[in-house]
Amino acid sequence: MGKNLNINVHHLTRVEGHGNIVVNAKDGRIEKIRWEVPEAPRFFEAMVRGHSYEDIQTIVSRICGICSISHSLSAIKAVENALGIEVSEQTDMLRHLMHYSEQMQSHSLHIGYLAAPDFFGAPSVVPLVSKAIDVVKTIVRIHRIANEWSDLVAGRTTHPVTIIPGGFTKVPTPEQLVQLQNTLKNTIKDINTLADVVLSVASALPKFERETEYVSLKQTNPPTYTFYHGDIASTDTDKAMPVKNWQKVANEYMTEQSTAKWAKWHRESYMVGAIARFNINADLLCDEAKQTAKMFSLKKGCCNPYMNTIAQLVECVHLFHASIKLIDRILTKGLVSEKVKVKVRAGRGAGCTEAPRGILFHEYEFDKNGKCLAADMCIPTNQNHANIQKDMEKLVPQIIDEGEDAVRQKLEMLVRAYDPCISCSTHMLDIRFKK
Amino acid sequence: MTEKPRVAIFDFACCEGCQLQIVNLEEEILDLVSAVEMVEWREAMSEQSHNYDIAIIEGSITRPEDEERLWLIRSRAKILIALGACATIGGINKLKNNFALDDVKKCAYGKDANMPHLETDFTKSVPEVVTTDYCIHGCPIDRKEFSYVIRSLLVGKKPEIPIYPVCVECKLKGNMCLWEAEQVCLGPIIRAGCGARCPSSGFRCFGCRGYIDNPNVDAAKDVIERYGLDVEILKRKMNLFGSKQVHTNG
Repeated sequence: MGKNLNINVHHLTRVEGHGNIVVNAKDGRIEKIRWEVPEAPRFFEAMVRGHSYEDIQTIVSRICGICSISHSLSAIKAVENALGIEVSEQTDMLRHLMHYSEQMQSHSLHIGYLAAPDFFGAPSVVPLVSKAIDVVKTIVRIHRIANEWSDLVAGRTTHPVTIIPGGFTKVPTPEQLVQLQNTLKNTIKDINTLADVVLSVASALPKFERETEYVSLKQTNPPTYTFYHGDIASTDTDKAMPVKNWQKVANEYMTEQSTAKWAKWHRESYMVGAIARFNINADLLCDEAKQTAKMFSLKKGCCNPYMNTIAQLVECVHLFHASIKLIDRILTKGLVSEKVKVKVRAGRGAGCTEAPRGILFHEYEFDKNGKCLAADMCIPTNQNHANIQKDMEKLVPQIIDEGEDAVRQKLEMLVRAYDPCISCSTHMLDIRFKK
Repeated sequence: MTEKPRVAIFDFACCEGCQLQIVNLEEEILDLVSAVEMVEWREAMSEQSHNYDIAIIEGSITRPEDEERLWLIRSRAKILIALGACATIGGINKLKNNFALDDVKKCAYGKDANMPHLETDFTKSVPEVVTTDYCIHGCPIDRKEFSYVIRSLLVGKKPEIPIYPVCVECKLKGNMCLWEAEQVCLGPIIRAGCGARCPSSGFRCFGCRGYIDNPNVDAAKDVIERYGLDVEILKRKMNLFGSKQVHTNG
C-alpha cells in the first residue's frame, strides 16, 4: 500500500540557526524532499569593507557564537598572509591550544546537549537531568573545562580578544598552563565515561550509508591530525589543493531553497566536518583515540553521516591527549612576552582552519593603509548543505514505510549529525510532514 | 510570583553566542532551569509554546517578517528582555546600515542578489521595534550578569545595570591604561558591567555594551588629543559596535 507523508519541520530545534525540512509523499511516491535554509542573511562580506586589518577578526568572529575562535583564526591567518606577517613558534603553539579548546567546547556541546537527547529518546537535555543526572553532570563538567580553557588562552569563552595580527595581546603564565594540564589529565576519565555512555546507546544511530566526497585539511610536514595547518585534501583525489585556491574547491552557488550558499567540488556534493577529517587523517590520531574509534567500529572510509557525532567523540579523546603534549612543548620552550610590530602594505590573502563542523575559508584584500577593500568567507555548513539534501533524497525512499514520525525523527537526527551552524551559513531547520 | 514563571527564548539575526553563554552557566543552569519553567528554547530544546511570562530576545531585526514576529512575542509576554548587543543596540549587524542595501546584497551574493528570499532591511535593535523592559548588554553577554538579572526578576527586584564607564572597572582591576600602549580604547564612554574583560586581556574596549547614558565624548576627544591622535580614528573605532546607534536606557 502506498504511503503518504507530509513532513514540515519549520525551524528545526537543537541546532545552531534556522533550517526547515519539507517532505511530501503521496501513495508512496515522493513529490518533494527539501532541505531549506531561511536564516536572515547578515552580509558580513559587505560589512567589513572600510575597516582596518586590526578590526577584521573582531567583526567576523561574530559570524558564529559557537566557532568564533575558528573564524578569528581563519581571519587572522588571511590578514597575515595578505600583509606578509610572520608569527613566532610560541604564537603558533598557543593558537593551536586555543583552537583545540574550541573543538572541545563545540564537540561536547553537540554530543552532550544537541545530539544525545535523540539517543535517549528525549526532546531535550532538560528531562535527562532527572533521568540520568550523573551523565548530565559529566557532560556539564567536560563542557565547563573546555570553556575555562578558552577563557585562559583566548581571554573569553566566545569571541576571543587575545589574538591580534602577528601574535597575542596577553599569554598565559606557566603556572596557569600547568594547572590547565593537570585539569585535562584529571578529565580524561570523564571523556572515557562519556564514550562508554554514548556506546551504550549507539544502537539509536541509523544505519544509513551514501558514498560521497569528503574534504578537510591535511598536514604532511610534520604529519599531524590537523585542525590548523596544511592543504585542502579530498577522498576523491590524491592531489591536495593549496589554501589560496580554496575557491576552486568550494565552487559556491546560490539556490532558491536557501539564503546560504551551497558548494560542490568533484561531484554534486561533498561533506566536511569530523567524519571528513577522520576519513582523511585517521592514521594520525593518537593511540587512545584510535582505540575509541575501534569501540564504535568506526573505520576510514565510513560513509554513514550519522557517524559524524562519533567521529567528534574520537576527536575529543585525541584533543585531550594532544593538548597535554602541546602544553609540555610550550612549557619546555618557555613563554616570553613578544612585542608585535606590523608593517602595513597592500595585499590579498586567504586563511583556513578546521572549525569543529568542518573546513572554513576566509579571504581579504587590503589597500596600502591596511583598509579592507573586499572579503569572502566560505563556511563549513554551506559546504554541507548540498550533501544534506542528497542524503535526504537517498534516505527517505529507504525508510518511507516506517511512518511519518520515524521519518521525521531520522531526518532531524540526520541534520543534527552534521552539527550545522546555520547562523554561520547564515541560519537553518524546519521539518513538515504532509498527510 | 507564586507559580514558576514561564520563560521562552527566541533568536533573530545573530551568531547565537549569547544563548551559548546561558548554556555556559554550566552547573548553575541546572539551578536556574529548576526555578523557572522553560517553555521554548529552539537551540537547546524541541519543546515549543505560545504561553510565556518572560520572553528573552536574542539578535537584531533585519526583515519585515521578523518585525511582525517580534510584535507577536511582545503581545504575549509580560516581561521582554533584550539579550546581547545584537538585540540591545543592533551590534555588529548595524555596520550594514552604513551602506546602501542594494550594494550590501550585491557584495555578498553577486548576480543572485535580487533573489526574493534574500530581501533585507536596515538593521534595528529590539528597543527600536518594541517596548523593552530590560537590556542585558554585551557581545557576548556576561553570563554572571544574565544570572543576576534573572534571579532579581524571580524575587521581584529591579536589576541594577551599571551606568558608569568601563574605565571604572578597569582601574579597579589595576590594569595599565591601554592608551599608554597606543591602543584606541573606548573604555571612557562605554557602559561597564563586563568587569573590563577585554582591556584586562590587553585588548582595547570596542564598545559592545553600548554607550553609557551620558557619554562624555568631549573628554574622549581630549584624551585623543593628549595622545596626539586623530579624532577620525576614534570615530572609526566607535563605528564598530556603535554604528548609527541609538542610546539605550540601561
